[in-house]
Amino acid sequence: MSCSCSCNKSDLSLLNETLEHYAKIPGSLITILQKAQGIYGYLPADVLNHIAKETGIAAAKVFGVATFYTQFRFKPVGKYLIMLCQGTACHVNGSLMLEKTIFDTLGIKDGETTEDNLFTLKNVACLGCCSLSPVMMINDETYGNLTPEKVRKILAELREAAEKEADE
Amino acid sequence: MKTVKVGQGSCGISAGAAKVYSALEAQNLNAKLTVTGCIGMCYLEPIVDVYDENNELTRLVRVSEDDAQAIADFVNTGDVTKVEGLLVSKEDKMFLENQTRIALRGCGVINPDEIEDYIENGGYTALKKALCEMTPEAVIEEIKTAGLAGRGGAGFPTWFKWNAARSSQGEEKYLICNADEGDPGAFMDRAVIESNPHNLIEGMLIGAYAIGAKEAIVYVRAEYPLAIIRLERAIEQAKEKGIIGENIFGTGFSCSFRIKAGAGAFVCGEETALIESLEGSRGMPRLKPPFPAQSGYWRKPSNINNVETFANVSWIILNGGEEFAKLGTPDSRGTKVFAITGKIKRGGLVEIPMGKKLSDVIFGIGGGMKTDKEFKCVQLGGPSGGCIPADMQDTEIDYKKLSATGAIMGSGGMVVMDESTCMVGMARFFLDFTAKESCGKCTHCRIGTKRLLEILDRICKGEGKEGDIELLEETCNEIKAGALCGLGQTAPNPVLTTIKYYRDEYEAHIKEKRCPAGECIDLLTYSINAEKCKGCSLCSKRCPVGAISGEIKKPYIIDNEKCIKCGQCMDSCRFGAVEKK
Repeated sequence: MSCSCSCNKSDLSLLNETLEHYAKIPGSLITILQKAQGIYGYLPADVLNHIAKETGIAAAKVFGVATFYTQFRFKPVGKYLIMLCQGTACHVNGSLMLEKTIFDTLGIKDGETTEDNLFTLKNVACLGCCSLSPVMMINDETYGNLTPEKVRKILAELREAAEKEADE
Repeated sequence: MKTVKVGQGSCGISAGAAKVYSALEAQNLNAKLTVTGCIGMCYLEPIVDVYDENNELTRLVRVSEDDAQAIADFVNTGDVTKVEGLLVSKEDKMFLENQTRIALRGCGVINPDEIEDYIENGGYTALKKALCEMTPEAVIEEIKTAGLAGRGGAGFPTWFKWNAARSSQGEEKYLICNADEGDPGAFMDRAVIESNPHNLIEGMLIGAYAIGAKEAIVYVRAEYPLAIIRLERAIEQAKEKGIIGENIFGTGFSCSFRIKAGAGAFVCGEETALIESLEGSRGMPRLKPPFPAQSGYWRKPSNINNVETFANVSWIILNGGEEFAKLGTPDSRGTKVFAITGKIKRGGLVEIPMGKKLSDVIFGIGGGMKTDKEFKCVQLGGPSGGCIPADMQDTEIDYKKLSATGAIMGSGGMVVMDESTCMVGMARFFLDFTAKESCGKCTHCRIGTKRLLEILDRICKGEGKEGDIELLEETCNEIKAGALCGLGQTAPNPVLTTIKYYRDEYEAHIKEKRCPAGECIDLLTYSINAEKCKGCSLCSKRCPVGAISGEIKKPYIIDNEKCIKCGQCMDSCRFGAVEKK
């Protein structure tokens, strides 16, 4: 969602509607940040500064709030966002092993993205599907009762699908 | 006409319920096909319930989209042999039969997307009764008679909070629902919102009437997208029916209703931190007093309760506080919902009267271990709670009795563990969580949890020192005494309870550099039992670092210098020849 002149700046006009609606409602900062992340996929610095300017909230507070909550990210994510559940039930049922499998297969740790921008790994506290533990969610799809074997297969399938898409 | 209901809570959908629903839609069903929420038997998802003309239920479990044809045949002909392999077993039926459902009533029965379905099942009659026949004081009195206590974990009497908010000066008051279910391993609140959102709305409106609030707000976890969608829909429907808004039921009582999505911070379960977050700030707790009842959201009198607390309210108003108080123990009235998970055979949502034993839930309802290993302990209350060992499994579920063990009732997360779970590792897991989630405001919590984590890390790596256990205990007590809010005050509980009941495991890690449960990777060694090894070479092919060598048909050997302890050899061996110590 960058500006079309390839200056690497974000297209701030995409946020106009959100700001028009929320900027003057007290206590809306988190909602605005959520909408902004929905638009840009992450929270670029120029977007945060723009929000500060338009809402009249100090930039330090905007950055402070954004960095406080785990939902917000400051770097773009890969095509597939792997959310690996680290809840108690998943921990007991072997989520650490899955994290290792993902590292062995893709070479990424929590918060990192593969060089081809295909996969990002994010450890999350609990997805709430404890009876299917261990669980991961990739984009909107949940995968349950996982084993290292299953994880390797799922990742290979996704990579294949992405390559096919790129060929077409 | 027959009705076919597909259970579509988050668990069900993850297991494939949406695909099952689409497959059934494509069939020529001679029945009404509809959606319901979480039935509670998560381990059997996806579940399809078929109700015949007389409302007799046939429950089909672990259904896949390939079963659609067989289900259609059964529905259209009544021939149960078509679905023989899918019928719920007698033992599995016990899972629900041994429960008493108040907060969860309607879950897995009604359609969460249709207000009419809720109303047909007696919905909103409690609200009408409260508004038309009772004074706010009478509502609070009824909740007092019921003995309802906060289900978020602390167990504070609900009537007391309501009364304090009601008595506070000021016209502008707020009623807030804490649906920021942050305890990893708990999903009761999510299930209530996804499966019966109108019950939450009704309970909250009654609460708003009781304290005199004109605005009700639900603070819900952003990680629960389906819960948010269903609650939004429910609010719209209630507005259309005039149940939310101005002059409700013509009584002059008005209340608006909205949702605020949280952004992921465990500390926001603490009520003053939640209020800060609602106001758009970092979720950092405030010093108490003043309490929210005097000065809360925008410094106005506010009342905050948990989802499950509100889910009990309409039942209490309809059936009377005395009926509710008949359930449970003198110290803990009514029922409690637990999300039972971990190494349990039948995991899901359980609601039972207080006073039952832990073993009634784990063995009576949950069916015991899913592995062939022994039951070791149960973890209650997540990062704020503690482990209760197997020999105390007859402890009654009661606020005071559970607290006496060092654990807490908690919000309802119940994680069952067997011998393969390391207790030091478990404490480390929770401290890793609380150290990350500590908001940083007070020193005891910010630095104390970090120090605890460092010591536990060291012990798990085999670098524990003499005196570490005492150092842990001392640090824990300092944090408990000095932390500002509930997060810090309870964060040491997982460490203290595991030391209390499993001191020998800590000592084995520190003195013998050994993990008795065989879980701490740094303390493990893998080896191949030469008598069992057939020399098939599979393990050596699987080993990602080439640490296994040997000749075909002769025993293989693991080079421990190279081994990264990933366990793939053990998983791949078909003869059980790979051993870890």
